[in-house]
Amino acid sequence: MTEQRPLLEVTDLVKHYPVRGGVLRRQVGTVHAVDGVSFALGTGETLGLVGESGCGKSTVARTVLRLVEPTSGAIRLDGEDIAPLSKTALRPYRRSMQIVFQDPFASLNPRMTAGDIVGEPLSVHGIATGAKKQERVAELFQQVGLRADQMRNFPHQFSGGQRQRICIARALSLGPRLIVCDEPVSALDVSIQAQVINLLIDLQRKQNFSYLFIAHDLAVVAHISHRVAVMYLGRIVEIADKHELFANPRHPYTQALLASVPIADPKAKRSAPLIDGDVPSPINPPSGCAFHTRCRYAIDRCKSERPALQAAGSRHQVACWLNDGTGRDE
Amino acid sequence: MSEALPAETVLDVKNLQTVFFTNSGLFRAVDDVSFTVRRGETLAIVGESGCGKSVSALSIMRLVPDPPGRIVGGSVTLEGTDLLKLDDAAMRDIRGNRISMIFQEPMTSLNPVIRIGDQIIEAVRLHQKVSSKEAWKQAVDMLRLVRIPEPERRAREYPHQLSGGMRQRAMIAMALACRPALLIADEPTTALDVTIQAQILALIVDLQQRLGTGLILITHDLGVVAQTAQRVIVMYAGKKVEEATVESLFETPLHPYTRGLMASIPAVPSPDAREDVRLIEIPGMVPSLTKLPPGCAFAPRCKLAVDRCRQEYPPLDEVKSNHWAACWRAGEMAEAS
Repeated sequence: MTEQRPLLEVTDLVKHYPVRGGVLRRQVGTVHAVDGVSFALGTGETLGLVGESGCGKSTVARTVLRLVEPTSGAIRLDGEDIAPLSKTALRPYRRSMQIVFQDPFASLNPRMTAGDIVGEPLSVHGIATGAKKQERVAELFQQVGLRADQMRNFPHQFSGGQRQRICIARALSLGPRLIVCDEPVSALDVSIQAQVINLLIDLQRKQNFSYLFIAHDLAVVAHISHRVAVMYLGRIVEIADKHELFANPRHPYTQALLASVPIADPKAKRSAPLIDGDVPSPINPPSGCAFHTRCRYAIDRCKSERPALQAAGSRHQVACWLNDGTGRDE
Repeated sequence: MSEALPAETVLDVKNLQTVFFTNSGLFRAVDDVSFTVRRGETLAIVGESGCGKSVSALSIMRLVPDPPGRIVGGSVTLEGTDLLKLDDAAMRDIRGNRISMIFQEPMTSLNPVIRIGDQIIEAVRLHQKVSSKEAWKQAVDMLRLVRIPEPERRAREYPHQLSGGMRQRAMIAMALACRPALLIADEPTTALDVTIQAQILALIVDLQQRLGTGLILITHDLGVVAQTAQRVIVMYAGKKVEEATVESLFETPLHPYTRGLMASIPAVPSPDAREDVRLIEIPGMVPSLTKLPPGCAFAPRCKLAVDRCRQEYPPLDEVKSNHWAACWRAGEMAEAS
């Protein structure tokens, strides 16, 4: 996938939010939500973004779709930078980029029928109307495992898993090339999660679009992704092919994150938590490497200089000063 | 302490039945459920939303909202006293004193306008005759026990000044302030990030063992169960469908629902994994409690279901030693494995 041009290429993406205070609402600080993120996503590929709450993974996803305006940086879709485009100029690109949100209860209009919800993008973009639209919607329903006669039902008549299927059908309606999934299974029951994950994988195999997949559940991300990027306080600290990342985590934060996941096997030894304390505030992120305050390998250099992402093996990059083997499991 | 009386039963729940009266009819949220918890032991209750795991906990605390809910049968014996026979005043003496509960969302279960220390004091002074000065000292000690840094300063802060993990630590401090015999934790780490979850679980297990508290851990996360509990019960549609030691359950799950759950959850790839395994789905969805099928409630989703499953509810049998399952075909599965 590296040979050909990637579908999506994000370079030095930054999103800062001003913090205002005082009587005059002057800016008193800046939330560094996303602070220089770069990655590429190939056609038919799934890139997982993991990290704890507040690490900026959802902001990255929304900025890529320009649902949130980036402060700076380039977002290239098929080589075209969409970051500086006006709303009107952006419109044709919107067709290629869709999103599935976490909460299928909040992201469906309760007053519209399921069929109208899925068909709405077709009318908005002037692709199909009338009987042709109905036909396309019925086809989409069938693709996501719903029956065509359910088109007349309202969202409250569906279960959580079925509602998420409606959201997926809506995202598919315009034949997108990139679908951003922001915690798409977190709100679902355990026995329903597998159904939705399998559906997402099957659809990608048939239609060859790309996913930018965000979830806090590492096991879910690992299952669905080809590559995984780990974020901490607005930056990517490690990015690698999935199996490489789980076999050879190089960044101390990735190691701690992986060690924190409880394993569903009572015989597996529980290691003591590798990191203490909480994620620092993104308003005043620590100097140098943002993780140095919780890192047990931190050296003086980590406090003053910010490490850049550097190659650590094939298709594996890590941002850590100890990236010479010493940062690995002893 | 816990070595002296290793097998002492703290809680004995027998044939508990809790029903809800709703517009769409009566439904049995907890249907004939029995279990015990011993000193220093962790019992996990596993199941999906609507399976009755949280209502079981609320029934033990006698906190089921009435109406629409009511406990209609069974007994809940805590340290020799049947809680279902107590009047409201006697029950208030038990709650927060002999049984405590930790909830999922620490922000909504702490009072936002009262300082952390004062909230712990409230629990202490309600049940113990101590001066406010002494109670404050105890509150600070509790915060130190749950490893909150600078406990004197934190006790004077308000909930919004604490991070999510710290708030859950404060909740634990409050719950354990009176040294209860039983602690019920309802999804205590579901709202937390995974690194914080690991810290909180380690803390709960450490304190529970040091203080000899019996713990009921309610969760949907099988990983959390495997890493913290000694015994597990699996609930489905208001009924207990399987009970076993944690080792036995993960080695040979005997109910098809438990097997389905285990197969449907993605695992973090092991370091030597190169292939992806497709997740095995449980078809269909959790049935509505007002429209339960006759026979086994899981039969419509079960690959192994035979005619008998659709007609008669299977008894909860001890299929292997210390391993119970309510399934007509559990015997066959035990032999096959």
